[in-house]
Amino acid sequence: MIPLRAIAAAALLAAVPALLAAEIPADQRRSGYSFMGPDSKAMQDDDTSNPGMLFVLDGEALWNQKLGSAGKACADCHGDARESMKGVAARYPAFDKGLGRPVTIEQRINLELAQREGAPPLAYESRDLLALAAFVANQSRGMPITAGDDPELKPFVEKGRALFMQREGQLNLACANCHDDNWDRRLAGSPVTQAHPTGYPLYRLEWQSLGSLERRLRSCITGVRAQGYDYGAPELVALELFLMSRARGMKMETPAVRP
Amino acid sequence: MASALINVPAKAGRGDVIEIKTLMSHIMESGFRRTAAGEIVPRDIITSFTCRYNGTEIFRADLFPAISANPFISFFTVAKESGKLEFEWVGDNGFASTASASITVE
Amino acid sequence: MKTMRSKSPTSRRKFLGLAGSAAVAGAMPVVTLRPLEATPAMLTAAIRNVVGEAPVRAGKVKLDIPPLVENGNTVPMTVSVASPMTANEYVKSIHVFNEKNPQPNIGNFHIGPWAGRAQVSTRIRLADSQKVVAIARLSDDSFWSASADVIVTLAACTEEVN
Repeated sequence: MIPLRAIAAAALLAAVPALLAAEIPADQRRSGYSFMGPDSKAMQDDDTSNPGMLFVLDGEALWNQKLGSAGKACADCHGDARESMKGVAARYPAFDKGLGRPVTIEQRINLELAQREGAPPLAYESRDLLALAAFVANQSRGMPITAGDDPELKPFVEKGRALFMQREGQLNLACANCHDDNWDRRLAGSPVTQAHPTGYPLYRLEWQSLGSLERRLRSCITGVRAQGYDYGAPELVALELFLMSRARGMKMETPAVRP
Repeated sequence: MASALINVPAKAGRGDVIEIKTLMSHIMESGFRRTAAGEIVPRDIITSFTCRYNGTEIFRADLFPAISANPFISFFTVAKESGKLEFEWVGDNGFASTASASITVE
Repeated sequence: MKTMRSKSPTSRRKFLGLAGSAAVAGAMPVVTLRPLEATPAMLTAAIRNVVGEAPVRAGKVKLDIPPLVENGNTVPMTVSVASPMTANEYVKSIHVFNEKNPQPNIGNFHIGPWAGRAQVSTRIRLADSQKVVAIARLSDDSFWSASADVIVTLAACTEEVN
């Protein structure tokens, strides 16, 4: 359901022939947190009132639980996540040498489950996978994002950038049209953010649940009436990689709260 | 896998009015949503939340589908003595969960 | 902020209702039509259920709720009642209602003089822009109320099947 206002905005933006996307200067970058009202900010700030923390707690329990045929828990190899996982999520998606391509934290968790623990992969967007991803990413909270620095990732970052700049869908909009060119303006009453994924997986009030960046991207892609990508698709991974590298230096906030 | 987050001050002065914050993991399915096939998704909510302070009930809430998922409830009580605060959530489909926190009152 | 004034109020409410219900879709393939539209009569009946024939006076109650919510699925709300909370003069219970959700009740909160402060916070769902009403029952069985008008907008990119 696209409100009339959004269609009007899209028509106006689509009327501009050349893509005027101008990258946001580094010192003007703002987290989605800064676009929220005081109540939502308060929800994120207090760990005992942030619903995302419920998932982090579940993730901690899973971290210590023996899974799979190998009968091992994450903790058996990785020890205390507070030490071993510090800074890890901040540099994801990361290059996987075996696969020759970048993988997201969720994909890395499933690879580990398969390779080390002989456990079947957790379904994308399942509660367990989200909880583990949130627990791991929470260990990077407050740390600057370093994703995309690896030179092997360069072609994939470029692919992500191309996807970000490309108009698509019935509304013929590119991500850049809203998130580079029109951030801080409004779409259907809500502020358009700069689209920095600093807090994923995050608790979205709309979902009343924790969700991944891929879920959010799929919503936006549906929003412009484009053909969606499946979870784990290389396009979504490339987009996530590009968005994280675009946010390089900004602080991780997982688990964030967003409207 | 129901987790709860409780925020109770560990220490308080006798007679202090303290705030207790609770957050419980629960989908709070309203019973008003329908699947793509048109069937109602059945209601599944927490219907009641109680807090007992050293065995005495100090707070009770009746919840309806209008309460958001992962219900957050905060309330106040006078710190009268050291002891235990016990929390209980009860709901549809036999849902029952408890949590507790200790408090030292000097 | 501008609301969509181009449609008549009834059809706008239906549109927002349909769209708002679709927005609640989330992880399940859920498509919704609001089965019943709540009416002012339901709200009055729900209040009568609690209050009986007693008069309800405006005052003493403060209803803190953002006038423009970021998302109708999770709206933070605080109700507080001015009361000394002594053994002789305290708040027995607080009851919260709404005008346009499928059901008029939101929650009932039972406290007593031991509470020290008559204040409760929670997060609620509001299906549409509407009035929220909070009624407090005091120790002398008198009823006091406050109400707030809340505007509910939609998230910009509502999900379909996830």
